[in-house]
Amino acid sequence: MPTLEQIIARVAAAFPGARLEVVPNGSPSNQPSLLLEPGRAVEIAKFLRDDPELRFDYASNVTGVDWPERTVKERVKVRRVIEGVEKETEELAERKIPGCLEAVYHLYSMALGHGPLVIRLRTGNRADRVVLPSLTPVWRSCEFQEREIFDLFGIQFEGHPDLRRILMWDNFADHPMRKDYVAADAQEATP
Amino acid sequence: MIAAPEFQAPSRGGFADHDLMEVAMGPHHPSTHGVFRMNVVLDGETVVKLTPVFGYLHRNHEKIAEKNSYLASIPYTDRLDYICSMTNNWAYVLSVEKLVGLGVPERAEYIRVLVGELTRLFNHACLAGFLLQDMGALGTPLMYAFREREKILDLFEALSGSRMMCNYMRFGGCRCDLPDGWLEEAGKVVAGFDSFLDEFEALLSENEILRARSQGVGVLPRELAVNAGVTGPGLRASGVNYDIRKVDQYGIYNRFKFRVPLGARGDVFDRYMVRILEMRESLAILRQAVRDIPAGAILDPKAKLRNLRPKPGEAYGRIEAPKGELGFYLISDGGPAPWRYRIRPPSFVNLTVLEDMCLGHTIADVVIILGSVDIVLGEVDR
Repeated sequence: MPTLEQIIARVAAAFPGARLEVVPNGSPSNQPSLLLEPGRAVEIAKFLRDDPELRFDYASNVTGVDWPERTVKERVKVRRVIEGVEKETEELAERKIPGCLEAVYHLYSMALGHGPLVIRLRTGNRADRVVLPSLTPVWRSCEFQEREIFDLFGIQFEGHPDLRRILMWDNFADHPMRKDYVAADAQEATP
Repeated sequence: MIAAPEFQAPSRGGFADHDLMEVAMGPHHPSTHGVFRMNVVLDGETVVKLTPVFGYLHRNHEKIAEKNSYLASIPYTDRLDYICSMTNNWAYVLSVEKLVGLGVPERAEYIRVLVGELTRLFNHACLAGFLLQDMGALGTPLMYAFREREKILDLFEALSGSRMMCNYMRFGGCRCDLPDGWLEEAGKVVAGFDSFLDEFEALLSENEILRARSQGVGVLPRELAVNAGVTGPGLRASGVNYDIRKVDQYGIYNRFKFRVPLGARGDVFDRYMVRILEMRESLAILRQAVRDIPAGAILDPKAKLRNLRPKPGEAYGRIEAPKGELGFYLISDGGPAPWRYRIRPPSFVNLTVLEDMCLGHTIADVVIILGSVDIVLGEVDR
Protein backbone atom coordinates (compact mmCIF):
# COMPACT_ATOMS: atom_id res chain seq x y z
CA MET A 1 0.00 0.00 0.00
CA PRO A 2 1.50 3.35 -0.98
CA THR A 3 1.40 5.88 1.84
CA LEU A 4 -0.78 8.94 1.61
CA GLU A 5 2.33 11.08 0.97
CA GLN A 6 3.32 8.88 -1.97
CA ILE A 7 -0.20 9.05 -3.39
CA ILE A 8 -0.22 12.84 -3.04
CA ALA A 9 3.17 13.08 -4.73
CA ARG A 10 1.94 11.00 -7.66
CA VAL A 11 -1.25 13.01 -8.03
CA ALA A 12 0.59 16.32 -7.69
CA ALA A 13 3.03 15.27 -10.41
CA ALA A 14 0.17 14.49 -12.76
CA PHE A 15 -1.92 17.54 -11.87
CA PRO A 16 0.42 20.44 -11.14
CA GLY A 17 -1.29 23.18 -9.22
CA ALA A 18 -4.15 21.04 -7.89
CA ARG A 19 -4.96 21.74 -4.26
CA LEU A 20 -4.46 18.52 -2.26
CA GLU A 21 -4.97 18.92 1.43
CA VAL A 22 -4.53 16.21 4.08
CA VAL A 23 -7.31 16.12 6.64
CA PRO A 24 -5.81 14.69 9.82
CA ASN A 25 -7.59 11.99 11.76
CA GLY A 26 -7.21 11.99 15.53
CA SER A 27 -8.30 8.41 16.12
CA PRO A 28 -5.94 5.39 16.28
CA SER A 29 -7.48 4.04 13.06
CA ASN A 30 -4.70 5.63 10.97
CA GLN A 31 -7.04 6.67 8.18
CA PRO A 32 -6.23 10.27 7.23
CA SER A 33 -8.12 11.62 4.27
CA LEU A 34 -7.38 13.68 1.21
CA LEU A 35 -9.42 16.81 0.48
CA LEU A 36 -9.81 17.49 -3.24
CA GLU A 37 -11.00 20.66 -4.89
CA PRO A 38 -14.36 19.93 -6.53
CA GLY A 39 -13.35 21.48 -9.85
CA ARG A 40 -10.71 18.86 -10.56
CA ALA A 41 -12.18 15.93 -8.62
CA VAL A 42 -13.39 13.93 -11.62
CA GLU A 43 -10.07 13.97 -13.48
CA ILE A 44 -8.16 13.17 -10.28
CA ALA A 45 -10.58 10.33 -9.52
CA LYS A 46 -10.03 8.91 -13.02
CA PHE A 47 -6.28 9.13 -12.43
CA LEU A 48 -6.59 7.33 -9.09
CA ARG A 49 -8.57 4.58 -10.79
CA ASP A 50 -6.34 4.11 -13.82
CA ASP A 51 -2.81 4.85 -12.62
CA PRO A 52 -0.93 1.51 -12.73
CA GLU A 53 0.57 1.93 -9.26
CA LEU A 54 -2.60 3.11 -7.53
CA ARG A 55 -5.46 1.31 -9.37
CA PHE A 56 -8.21 2.32 -6.93
CA ASP A 57 -10.77 0.48 -9.02
CA TYR A 58 -13.36 0.03 -6.29
CA ALA A 59 -15.23 2.81 -4.49
CA SER A 60 -16.59 1.03 -1.48
CA ASN A 61 -18.32 3.46 0.83
CA VAL A 62 -19.72 6.78 -0.32
CA THR A 63 -21.42 8.99 2.17
CA GLY A 64 -22.16 12.53 3.26
CA VAL A 65 -21.33 14.38 6.44
CA ASP A 66 -23.05 17.52 7.65
CA TRP A 67 -20.95 20.16 9.39
CA PRO A 68 -23.06 23.07 10.62
CA GLU A 69 -21.35 26.35 11.44
CA ARG A 70 -19.28 25.86 14.60
CA THR A 71 -17.52 28.16 17.01
CA VAL A 72 -14.42 26.79 18.67
CA LYS A 73 -12.84 28.36 21.69
CA GLU A 74 -9.09 28.65 21.58
CA ARG A 75 -6.46 30.13 23.84
CA VAL A 76 -4.59 32.87 22.06
CA LYS A 77 -1.78 35.11 23.27
CA VAL A 78 -2.55 38.82 23.22
CA ARG A 79 -0.61 41.86 24.39
CA ARG A 80 -2.62 44.06 26.66
CA VAL A 81 -1.88 47.05 28.79
CA ILE A 82 -2.82 46.06 32.32
CA GLU A 83 -2.44 48.64 35.08
CA GLY A 84 -0.16 50.75 32.92
CA VAL A 85 2.21 47.87 32.02
CA GLU A 86 2.09 46.07 28.71
CA LYS A 87 1.89 42.32 29.32
CA GLU A 88 1.38 39.22 27.28
CA THR A 89 -1.65 37.30 28.51
CA GLU A 90 -3.67 34.35 27.35
CA GLU A 91 -7.22 34.87 26.43
CA LEU A 92 -10.09 32.72 25.25
CA ALA A 93 -11.01 33.66 21.72
CA GLU A 94 -13.88 32.35 19.67
CA ARG A 95 -13.30 31.33 16.10
CA LYS A 96 -16.09 30.60 13.66
CA ILE A 97 -15.74 27.67 11.29
CA PRO A 98 -18.21 28.05 8.42
CA GLY A 99 -20.58 25.19 7.80
CA CYS A 100 -20.37 22.86 4.83
CA LEU A 101 -21.49 19.50 3.53
CA GLU A 102 -18.94 16.83 2.80
CA ALA A 103 -18.98 13.84 0.48
CA VAL A 104 -16.60 11.10 1.63
CA TYR A 105 -15.40 8.27 -0.63
CA HIS A 106 -13.56 5.20 0.64
CA LEU A 107 -11.51 3.74 -2.20
CA TYR A 108 -9.91 0.33 -2.38
CA SER A 109 -7.97 -1.49 -5.03
CA MET A 110 -9.27 -4.93 -5.92
CA ALA A 111 -6.47 -5.40 -8.43
CA LEU A 112 -3.64 -4.66 -6.00
CA GLY A 113 -5.40 -5.39 -2.74
CA HIS A 114 -4.69 -2.13 -0.94
CA GLY A 115 -6.76 0.60 0.65
CA PRO A 116 -8.53 2.45 2.00
CA LEU A 117 -7.82 5.83 0.49
CA VAL A 118 -10.33 8.32 1.87
CA ILE A 119 -11.12 11.29 -0.34
CA ARG A 120 -13.40 14.15 0.61
CA LEU A 121 -15.17 16.88 -1.31
CA ARG A 122 -16.63 19.95 0.39
CA THR A 123 -19.44 22.23 -0.67
CA GLY A 124 -19.21 26.01 -0.36
CA ASN A 125 -21.91 26.23 2.28
CA ARG A 126 -25.02 24.38 3.42
CA ALA A 127 -27.65 26.48 1.65
CA ASP A 128 -27.15 27.55 -1.94
CA ARG A 129 -23.67 26.37 -2.91
CA VAL A 130 -24.22 22.64 -2.54
CA VAL A 131 -23.13 21.40 -5.96
CA LEU A 132 -20.36 18.81 -6.18
CA PRO A 133 -19.18 16.82 -9.20
CA SER A 134 -20.57 13.30 -9.37
CA LEU A 135 -18.03 10.48 -9.41
CA THR A 136 -20.59 7.98 -10.77
CA PRO A 137 -19.04 8.21 -14.27
CA VAL A 138 -15.79 6.99 -12.70
CA TRP A 139 -17.22 4.36 -10.32
CA ARG A 140 -20.71 2.96 -10.93
CA SER A 141 -20.90 1.96 -7.26
CA CYS A 142 -21.45 5.65 -6.42
CA GLU A 143 -24.75 5.70 -8.34
CA PHE A 144 -27.18 4.73 -5.57
CA GLN A 145 -24.99 6.03 -2.78
CA GLU A 146 -24.77 9.52 -4.29
CA ARG A 147 -28.53 9.45 -4.77
CA GLU A 148 -28.80 8.65 -1.09
CA ILE A 149 -26.56 11.61 -0.19
CA PHE A 150 -28.69 13.86 -2.40
CA ASP A 151 -31.78 12.53 -0.66
CA LEU A 152 -30.65 12.67 2.95
CA PHE A 153 -28.11 15.54 2.92
CA GLY A 154 -29.10 17.64 -0.07
CA ILE A 155 -25.85 17.70 -2.03
CA GLN A 156 -26.51 18.20 -5.76
CA PHE A 157 -24.25 15.94 -7.82
CA GLU A 158 -23.47 17.43 -11.20
CA GLY A 159 -23.10 14.80 -13.90
CA HIS A 160 -25.06 12.09 -12.08
CA PRO A 161 -27.15 10.15 -14.60
CA ASP A 162 -30.28 9.79 -12.48
CA LEU A 163 -30.34 12.12 -9.49
CA ARG A 164 -33.65 11.42 -7.73
CA ARG A 165 -34.62 10.75 -4.15
CA ILE A 166 -34.04 7.13 -3.25
CA LEU A 167 -35.16 6.39 0.32
CA MET A 168 -37.60 9.22 1.04
CA TRP A 169 -40.61 9.77 -1.22
CA ASP A 170 -40.36 12.14 -4.17
CA ASN A 171 -42.34 15.10 -2.88
CA PHE A 172 -40.64 15.09 0.50
CA ALA A 173 -39.10 18.50 1.02
CA ASP A 174 -36.32 18.29 3.61
CA HIS A 175 -33.04 16.44 4.08
CA PRO A 176 -33.37 14.31 7.20
CA MET A 177 -29.71 13.56 7.90
CA ARG A 178 -28.83 17.22 8.34
CA LYS A 179 -28.08 18.06 11.92
CA ASP A 180 -30.67 20.85 12.10
CA TYR A 181 -33.48 18.72 10.70
CA VAL A 182 -36.58 18.71 12.87
CA ALA A 183 -38.89 15.78 12.29
CA ALA A 184 -42.48 16.65 11.61
CA ASP A 185 -44.99 15.45 14.17
CA ALA A 186 -45.90 11.93 13.16
CA GLN A 187 -49.58 12.82 13.44
CA GLU A 188 -49.22 15.75 11.11
CA ALA A 189 -46.98 14.21 8.48
CA THR A 190 -48.85 14.05 5.21
CA PRO A 191 -46.75 12.16 2.75
CA MET B 1 -50.41 7.59 -0.17
CA ILE B 2 -46.83 7.47 -1.28
CA ALA B 3 -46.35 8.99 -4.67
CA ALA B 4 -44.69 6.72 -7.16
CA PRO B 5 -41.57 8.11 -8.76
CA GLU B 6 -42.22 9.68 -12.09
CA PHE B 7 -41.95 7.09 -14.78
CA GLN B 8 -39.75 8.06 -17.69
CA ALA B 9 -40.88 6.49 -20.92
CA PRO B 10 -38.08 4.44 -22.42
CA SER B 11 -36.82 5.37 -25.83
CA ARG B 12 -39.01 3.82 -28.50
CA GLY B 13 -36.14 3.21 -30.90
CA GLY B 14 -36.74 -0.18 -32.44
CA PHE B 15 -40.13 -0.74 -30.80
CA ALA B 16 -42.05 1.92 -32.66
CA ASP B 17 -44.77 -0.34 -34.02
CA HIS B 18 -46.02 -1.91 -30.82
CA ASP B 19 -46.66 -0.97 -27.24
CA LEU B 20 -44.45 -1.56 -24.27
CA MET B 21 -45.99 -2.64 -21.00
CA GLU B 22 -44.90 -1.51 -17.57
CA VAL B 23 -45.32 -3.99 -14.73
CA ALA B 24 -44.76 -3.00 -11.11
CA MET B 25 -43.31 -6.06 -9.39
CA GLY B 26 -43.67 -5.47 -5.70
CA PRO B 27 -43.72 -4.12 -3.09
CA HIS B 28 -46.06 -7.00 -2.19
CA HIS B 29 -44.62 -9.61 -4.49
CA PRO B 30 -43.41 -12.87 -2.93
CA SER B 31 -40.30 -12.99 -5.10
CA THR B 32 -38.93 -9.65 -3.94
CA HIS B 33 -37.88 -11.02 -0.54
CA GLY B 34 -39.46 -8.15 1.31
CA VAL B 35 -40.92 -4.78 0.41
CA PHE B 36 -39.03 -3.93 -2.74
CA ARG B 37 -40.43 -2.78 -6.06
CA MET B 38 -39.12 -3.19 -9.56
CA ASN B 39 -40.79 -1.23 -12.31
CA VAL B 40 -40.20 -3.50 -15.27
CA VAL B 41 -40.84 -2.37 -18.83
CA LEU B 42 -41.61 -5.29 -21.07
CA ASP B 43 -41.51 -5.68 -24.83
CA GLY B 44 -43.59 -8.80 -25.10
CA GLU B 45 -41.88 -10.98 -22.49
CA THR B 46 -38.48 -9.31 -22.71
CA VAL B 47 -37.29 -6.78 -20.17
CA VAL B 48 -36.15 -3.54 -21.82
CA LYS B 49 -35.92 -1.37 -18.70
CA LEU B 50 -35.93 -2.00 -14.98
CA THR B 51 -36.10 0.63 -12.27
CA PRO B 52 -35.69 -0.45 -8.66
CA VAL B 53 -37.69 1.52 -6.08
CA PHE B 54 -36.50 1.53 -2.48
CA GLY B 55 -37.45 3.02 0.81
CA TYR B 56 -40.50 1.08 2.01
CA LEU B 57 -38.59 -0.09 5.09
CA HIS B 58 -36.63 3.12 5.64
CA ARG B 59 -36.55 4.15 9.29
CA ASN B 60 -33.34 6.22 9.21
CA HIS B 61 -31.39 3.99 11.53
CA GLU B 62 -28.34 6.22 10.95
CA LYS B 63 -30.14 9.23 12.39
CA ILE B 64 -31.31 7.24 15.41
CA ALA B 65 -27.76 6.01 16.02
CA GLU B 66 -26.43 9.57 15.94
CA LYS B 67 -28.61 10.33 18.93
CA ASN B 68 -27.82 7.15 20.87
CA SER B 69 -24.72 6.13 22.76
CA TYR B 70 -22.28 3.81 20.99
CA LEU B 71 -23.40 0.83 23.06
CA ALA B 72 -27.10 1.40 22.40
CA SER B 73 -26.63 0.94 18.66
CA ILE B 74 -25.53 -2.70 18.91
CA PRO B 75 -29.06 -4.13 19.22
CA TYR B 76 -30.16 -1.87 16.35
CA THR B 77 -27.54 -3.39 14.06
CA ASP B 78 -29.21 -6.80 14.60
CA ARG B 79 -32.15 -5.48 12.62
CA LEU B 80 -30.22 -4.41 9.52
CA ASP B 81 -29.73 -7.74 7.82
CA TYR B 82 -32.09 -9.52 10.16
CA ILE B 83 -30.95 -12.94 9.01
CA CYS B 84 -27.30 -12.36 9.95
CA SER B 85 -27.36 -10.41 13.20
CA MET B 86 -24.00 -11.78 14.36
CA THR B 87 -22.05 -10.43 11.40
CA ASN B 88 -23.79 -7.05 11.71
CA ASN B 89 -22.67 -6.87 15.33
CA TRP B 90 -19.20 -7.83 14.29
CA ALA B 91 -18.82 -5.12 11.64
CA TYR B 92 -20.01 -2.45 14.05
CA VAL B 93 -17.86 -3.44 17.02
CA LEU B 94 -14.87 -3.79 14.67
CA SER B 95 -15.32 -0.18 13.57
CA VAL B 96 -15.65 1.07 17.12
CA GLU B 97 -12.54 -0.92 18.07
CA LYS B 98 -10.68 0.82 15.24
CA LEU B 99 -12.00 4.19 16.36
CA VAL B 100 -10.98 3.67 19.98
CA GLY B 101 -7.92 1.48 19.42
CA LEU B 102 -9.08 -1.59 21.34
CA GLY B 103 -7.74 -5.11 21.21
CA VAL B 104 -9.80 -8.29 21.45
CA PRO B 105 -8.83 -11.32 23.58
CA GLU B 106 -7.98 -14.46 21.69
CA ARG B 107 -10.92 -16.54 22.89
CA ALA B 108 -13.36 -13.80 21.89
CA GLU B 109 -11.80 -13.67 18.41
CA TYR B 110 -12.36 -17.41 18.05
CA ILE B 111 -15.95 -17.10 19.22
CA ARG B 112 -16.50 -14.34 16.66
CA VAL B 113 -15.16 -16.53 13.89
CA LEU B 114 -17.36 -19.41 15.08
CA VAL B 115 -20.60 -17.44 15.12
CA GLY B 116 -19.65 -15.50 11.98
CA GLU B 117 -19.06 -18.63 9.94
CA LEU B 118 -22.18 -20.31 11.34
CA THR B 119 -24.08 -17.23 10.16
CA ARG B 120 -22.55 -17.56 6.71
CA LEU B 121 -23.60 -21.22 6.62
CA PHE B 122 -27.27 -20.64 7.22
CA ASN B 123 -27.41 -17.46 5.16
CA HIS B 124 -26.09 -19.29 2.10
CA ALA B 125 -28.24 -22.36 2.79
CA CYS B 126 -31.37 -20.21 3.01
CA LEU B 127 -30.38 -18.29 -0.12
CA ALA B 128 -30.02 -21.54 -2.04
CA GLY B 129 -33.42 -22.61 -0.72
CA PHE B 130 -35.07 -19.30 -1.64
CA LEU B 131 -33.47 -19.29 -5.08
CA LEU B 132 -34.83 -22.76 -5.81
CA GLN B 133 -38.20 -21.67 -4.52
CA ASP B 134 -38.06 -18.78 -7.00
CA MET B 135 -37.36 -21.32 -9.75
CA GLY B 136 -40.43 -23.29 -8.83
CA ALA B 137 -39.09 -25.98 -6.49
CA LEU B 138 -41.77 -25.02 -4.00
CA GLY B 139 -41.07 -25.75 -0.40
CA THR B 140 -38.82 -28.75 -0.18
CA PRO B 141 -35.31 -27.30 -0.69
CA LEU B 142 -36.17 -24.31 1.46
CA MET B 143 -37.48 -26.50 4.26
CA TYR B 144 -34.34 -28.65 4.11
CA ALA B 145 -32.28 -25.46 4.49
CA PHE B 146 -34.46 -24.17 7.30
CA ARG B 147 -34.08 -27.47 9.15
CA GLU B 148 -30.31 -26.90 9.25
CA ARG B 149 -30.74 -23.22 10.08
CA GLU B 150 -32.87 -24.20 13.05
CA LYS B 151 -30.00 -26.22 14.55
CA ILE B 152 -27.69 -23.21 14.27
CA LEU B 153 -30.31 -20.89 15.72
CA ASP B 154 -30.56 -23.25 18.69
CA LEU B 155 -26.83 -22.78 19.19
CA PHE B 156 -27.26 -18.99 19.04
CA GLU B 157 -30.10 -19.14 21.52
CA ALA B 158 -27.99 -21.13 23.97
CA LEU B 159 -25.20 -18.61 23.54
CA SER B 160 -26.97 -15.25 23.52
CA GLY B 161 -30.51 -15.94 24.71
CA SER B 162 -32.02 -14.95 21.40
CA ARG B 163 -32.39 -16.85 18.18
CA MET B 164 -32.24 -14.07 15.63
CA MET B 165 -31.62 -10.73 17.37
CA CYS B 166 -28.50 -11.87 19.17
CA ASN B 167 -27.03 -8.56 20.40
CA TYR B 168 -23.98 -10.61 21.28
CA MET B 169 -20.76 -8.75 20.54
CA ARG B 170 -19.28 -5.91 22.55
CA PHE B 171 -16.42 -3.48 21.98
CA GLY B 172 -13.31 -5.44 22.88
CA GLY B 173 -14.90 -8.87 22.98
CA CYS B 174 -18.20 -10.64 23.45
CA ARG B 175 -21.03 -10.34 25.95
CA CYS B 176 -20.81 -13.76 27.60
CA ASP B 177 -18.77 -16.93 27.42
CA LEU B 178 -19.79 -20.13 25.69
CA PRO B 179 -22.11 -22.25 27.84
CA ASP B 180 -20.99 -25.75 28.88
CA GLY B 181 -21.16 -28.28 26.09
CA TRP B 182 -21.68 -25.63 23.39
CA LEU B 183 -18.55 -26.53 21.45
CA GLU B 184 -19.50 -30.22 21.35
CA GLU B 185 -22.95 -29.28 20.05
CA ALA B 186 -21.39 -26.97 17.47
CA GLY B 187 -19.09 -29.79 16.38
CA LYS B 188 -22.13 -32.03 15.87
CA VAL B 189 -23.94 -29.38 13.84
CA VAL B 190 -20.87 -28.89 11.66
CA ALA B 191 -20.56 -32.63 11.09
CA GLY B 192 -24.24 -32.87 10.20
CA PHE B 193 -24.06 -29.90 7.86
CA ASP B 194 -21.60 -31.72 5.64
CA SER B 195 -24.06 -34.51 4.98
CA PHE B 196 -26.84 -31.95 4.47
CA LEU B 197 -24.72 -30.32 1.76
CA ASP B 198 -23.99 -33.69 0.12
CA GLU B 199 -27.71 -34.47 0.05
CA PHE B 200 -28.64 -30.97 -1.16
CA GLU B 201 -26.12 -31.16 -3.97
CA ALA B 202 -27.05 -34.70 -4.98
CA LEU B 203 -30.69 -33.63 -5.22
CA LEU B 204 -30.27 -30.23 -6.82
CA SER B 205 -26.93 -29.10 -8.23
CA GLU B 206 -27.02 -31.57 -11.11
CA ASN B 207 -30.72 -31.03 -11.69
CA GLU B 208 -31.53 -30.39 -15.30
CA ILE B 209 -34.19 -27.79 -14.63
CA LEU B 210 -31.95 -25.85 -12.26
CA ARG B 211 -29.21 -25.76 -14.88
CA ALA B 212 -31.55 -24.83 -17.72
CA ARG B 213 -33.02 -22.00 -15.72
CA SER B 214 -29.80 -20.58 -14.31
CA GLN B 215 -26.92 -21.15 -16.72
CA GLY B 216 -26.26 -18.17 -18.95
CA VAL B 217 -28.91 -16.09 -17.17
CA GLY B 218 -28.11 -12.76 -15.55
CA VAL B 219 -24.46 -12.66 -16.55
CA LEU B 220 -22.43 -10.06 -14.68
CA PRO B 221 -19.17 -9.24 -16.49
CA ARG B 222 -16.07 -9.00 -14.37
CA GLU B 223 -15.19 -5.36 -15.14
CA LEU B 224 -18.72 -4.17 -14.44
CA ALA B 225 -18.82 -6.10 -11.17
CA VAL B 226 -15.66 -4.37 -9.93
CA ASN B 227 -16.66 -0.92 -11.12
CA ALA B 228 -20.16 -1.18 -9.67
CA GLY B 229 -18.82 -2.20 -6.27
CA VAL B 230 -20.48 -5.62 -6.20
CA THR B 231 -19.01 -7.60 -3.31
CA GLY B 232 -19.38 -11.00 -1.75
CA PRO B 233 -20.31 -14.20 -3.59
CA GLY B 234 -21.76 -12.18 -6.49
CA LEU B 235 -18.36 -10.66 -7.20
CA ARG B 236 -16.48 -13.92 -6.82
CA ALA B 237 -18.93 -15.68 -9.15
CA SER B 238 -17.72 -13.24 -11.81
CA GLY B 239 -14.19 -14.47 -11.25
CA VAL B 240 -12.73 -11.69 -9.10
CA ASN B 241 -10.65 -13.07 -6.27
CA TYR B 242 -11.59 -10.59 -3.56
CA ASP B 243 -12.54 -11.87 -0.14
CA ILE B 244 -12.09 -9.37 2.70
CA ARG B 245 -11.25 -12.24 5.07
CA LYS B 246 -8.15 -12.78 2.90
CA VAL B 247 -7.46 -9.16 1.91
CA ASP B 248 -7.82 -7.43 5.29
CA GLN B 249 -7.30 -10.50 7.49
CA TYR B 250 -9.37 -8.85 10.18
CA GLY B 251 -9.75 -10.70 13.46
CA ILE B 252 -7.73 -13.90 13.27
CA TYR B 253 -8.59 -15.04 9.75
CA ASN B 254 -4.88 -15.34 8.92
CA ARG B 255 -4.74 -18.45 11.12
CA PHE B 256 -7.24 -20.53 9.18
CA LYS B 257 -6.68 -22.50 6.03
CA PHE B 258 -9.48 -21.99 3.56
CA ARG B 259 -9.89 -21.41 -0.15
CA VAL B 260 -11.88 -18.76 -2.00
CA PRO B 261 -14.20 -20.37 -4.57
CA LEU B 262 -14.46 -18.45 -7.85
CA GLY B 263 -16.94 -18.63 -10.71
CA ALA B 264 -16.06 -18.47 -14.38
CA ARG B 265 -19.09 -17.05 -16.15
CA GLY B 266 -20.82 -14.88 -13.54
CA ASP B 267 -24.33 -16.17 -14.22
CA VAL B 268 -27.01 -17.20 -11.75
CA PHE B 269 -25.71 -20.75 -11.61
CA ASP B 270 -22.20 -19.56 -10.71
CA ARG B 271 -23.60 -17.39 -7.94
CA TYR B 272 -25.50 -20.40 -6.62
CA MET B 273 -22.49 -22.70 -6.89
CA VAL B 274 -20.03 -20.24 -5.31
CA ARG B 275 -22.27 -20.15 -2.25
CA ILE B 276 -22.44 -23.92 -2.02
CA LEU B 277 -18.63 -24.12 -2.22
CA GLU B 278 -18.25 -21.28 0.27
CA MET B 279 -20.29 -23.27 2.77
CA ARG B 280 -17.78 -26.11 2.43
CA GLU B 281 -14.95 -23.69 3.18
CA SER B 282 -16.85 -22.25 6.16
CA LEU B 283 -17.15 -25.78 7.51
CA ALA B 284 -13.37 -26.15 7.19
CA ILE B 285 -12.87 -22.91 9.15
CA LEU B 286 -15.36 -24.03 11.78
CA ARG B 287 -13.60 -27.36 12.28
CA GLN B 288 -10.27 -25.59 12.80
CA ALA B 289 -11.84 -23.05 15.17
CA VAL B 290 -13.59 -25.69 17.29
CA ARG B 291 -10.30 -27.58 17.51
CA ASP B 292 -8.06 -24.61 18.37
CA ILE B 293 -10.17 -22.34 20.57
CA PRO B 294 -8.19 -21.46 23.72
CA ALA B 295 -9.49 -20.76 27.21
CA GLY B 296 -9.29 -17.26 28.60
CA ALA B 297 -11.07 -13.95 28.94
CA ILE B 298 -13.73 -12.90 26.47
CA LEU B 299 -13.65 -9.14 27.07
CA ASP B 300 -10.67 -6.80 27.01
CA PRO B 301 -10.29 -5.42 30.55
CA LYS B 302 -9.58 -1.96 29.09
CA ALA B 303 -12.84 -2.01 27.16
CA LYS B 304 -15.30 0.68 28.14
CA LEU B 305 -18.85 -0.07 27.19
CA ARG B 306 -21.00 2.51 28.94
CA ASN B 307 -20.37 6.23 28.53
CA LEU B 308 -17.85 5.66 25.77
CA ARG B 309 -16.43 8.94 24.45
CA PRO B 310 -13.84 8.28 21.74
CA LYS B 311 -11.29 10.96 20.90
CA PRO B 312 -12.31 13.11 17.92
CA GLY B 313 -11.52 11.24 14.75
CA GLU B 314 -12.99 8.77 12.34
CA ALA B 315 -12.70 5.13 11.34
CA TYR B 316 -14.03 2.85 8.63
CA GLY B 317 -14.18 -0.84 9.47
CA ARG B 318 -15.45 -3.56 7.18
CA ILE B 319 -15.94 -7.30 7.20
CA GLU B 320 -16.87 -9.98 4.72
CA ALA B 321 -20.51 -10.43 5.69
CA PRO B 322 -22.37 -13.30 3.98
CA LYS B 323 -23.86 -10.86 1.46
CA GLY B 324 -20.71 -8.87 0.74
CA GLU B 325 -18.74 -6.03 2.25
CA LEU B 326 -20.48 -4.69 5.32
CA GLY B 327 -18.79 -1.55 6.62
CA PHE B 328 -19.41 1.02 9.29
CA TYR B 329 -18.03 4.54 9.02
CA LEU B 330 -17.94 6.40 12.31
CA ILE B 331 -16.94 9.97 13.08
CA SER B 332 -16.53 10.96 16.70
CA ASP B 333 -16.52 14.57 17.88
CA GLY B 334 -15.58 13.52 21.39
CA GLY B 335 -19.18 13.29 22.53
CA PRO B 336 -21.10 10.29 23.84
CA ALA B 337 -22.90 9.74 20.52
CA PRO B 338 -21.22 9.37 17.12
CA TRP B 339 -21.28 12.54 15.02
CA ARG B 340 -21.67 10.45 11.90
CA TYR B 341 -22.72 6.82 11.80
CA ARG B 342 -22.85 5.34 8.36
CA ILE B 343 -23.60 1.80 7.27
CA ARG B 344 -22.24 0.57 3.98
CA PRO B 345 -24.77 -2.14 3.22
CA PRO B 346 -23.77 -4.86 0.76
CA SER B 347 -27.30 -5.60 -0.49
CA PHE B 348 -27.94 -1.97 -1.38
CA VAL B 349 -24.79 -1.51 -3.44
CA ASN B 350 -25.13 -4.93 -5.08
CA LEU B 351 -28.49 -3.84 -6.49
CA THR B 352 -26.76 -1.17 -8.63
CA VAL B 353 -26.26 -3.69 -11.44
CA LEU B 354 -29.69 -5.34 -11.22
CA GLU B 355 -30.90 -3.65 -14.39
CA ASP B 356 -27.74 -4.55 -16.31
CA MET B 357 -28.19 -8.20 -15.38
CA CYS B 358 -31.89 -8.33 -16.26
CA LEU B 359 -32.01 -6.57 -19.63
CA GLY B 360 -32.95 -8.92 -22.43
CA HIS B 361 -34.25 -11.64 -20.14
CA THR B 362 -37.83 -12.63 -19.42
CA ILE B 363 -39.80 -11.62 -16.36
CA ALA B 364 -39.43 -15.14 -14.92
CA ASP B 365 -35.66 -14.70 -15.09
CA VAL B 366 -35.86 -11.35 -13.31
CA VAL B 367 -37.20 -13.23 -10.30
CA ILE B 368 -34.25 -15.60 -10.09
CA ILE B 369 -31.69 -12.90 -10.93
CA LEU B 370 -32.94 -10.85 -8.00
CA GLY B 371 -32.92 -14.01 -5.90
CA SER B 372 -29.30 -14.68 -6.78
CA VAL B 373 -28.22 -11.17 -5.71
CA ASP B 374 -29.29 -12.03 -2.15
CA ILE B 375 -30.85 -8.94 -0.62
CA VAL B 376 -32.45 -8.25 2.72
CA LEU B 377 -34.58 -5.15 2.76
CA GLY B 378 -33.84 -4.31 6.37
CA GLU B 379 -30.35 -3.54 5.17
CA VAL B 380 -31.18 -2.01 1.79
CA ASP B 381 -33.51 0.61 3.25
CA ARG B 382 -32.03 1.00 6.72
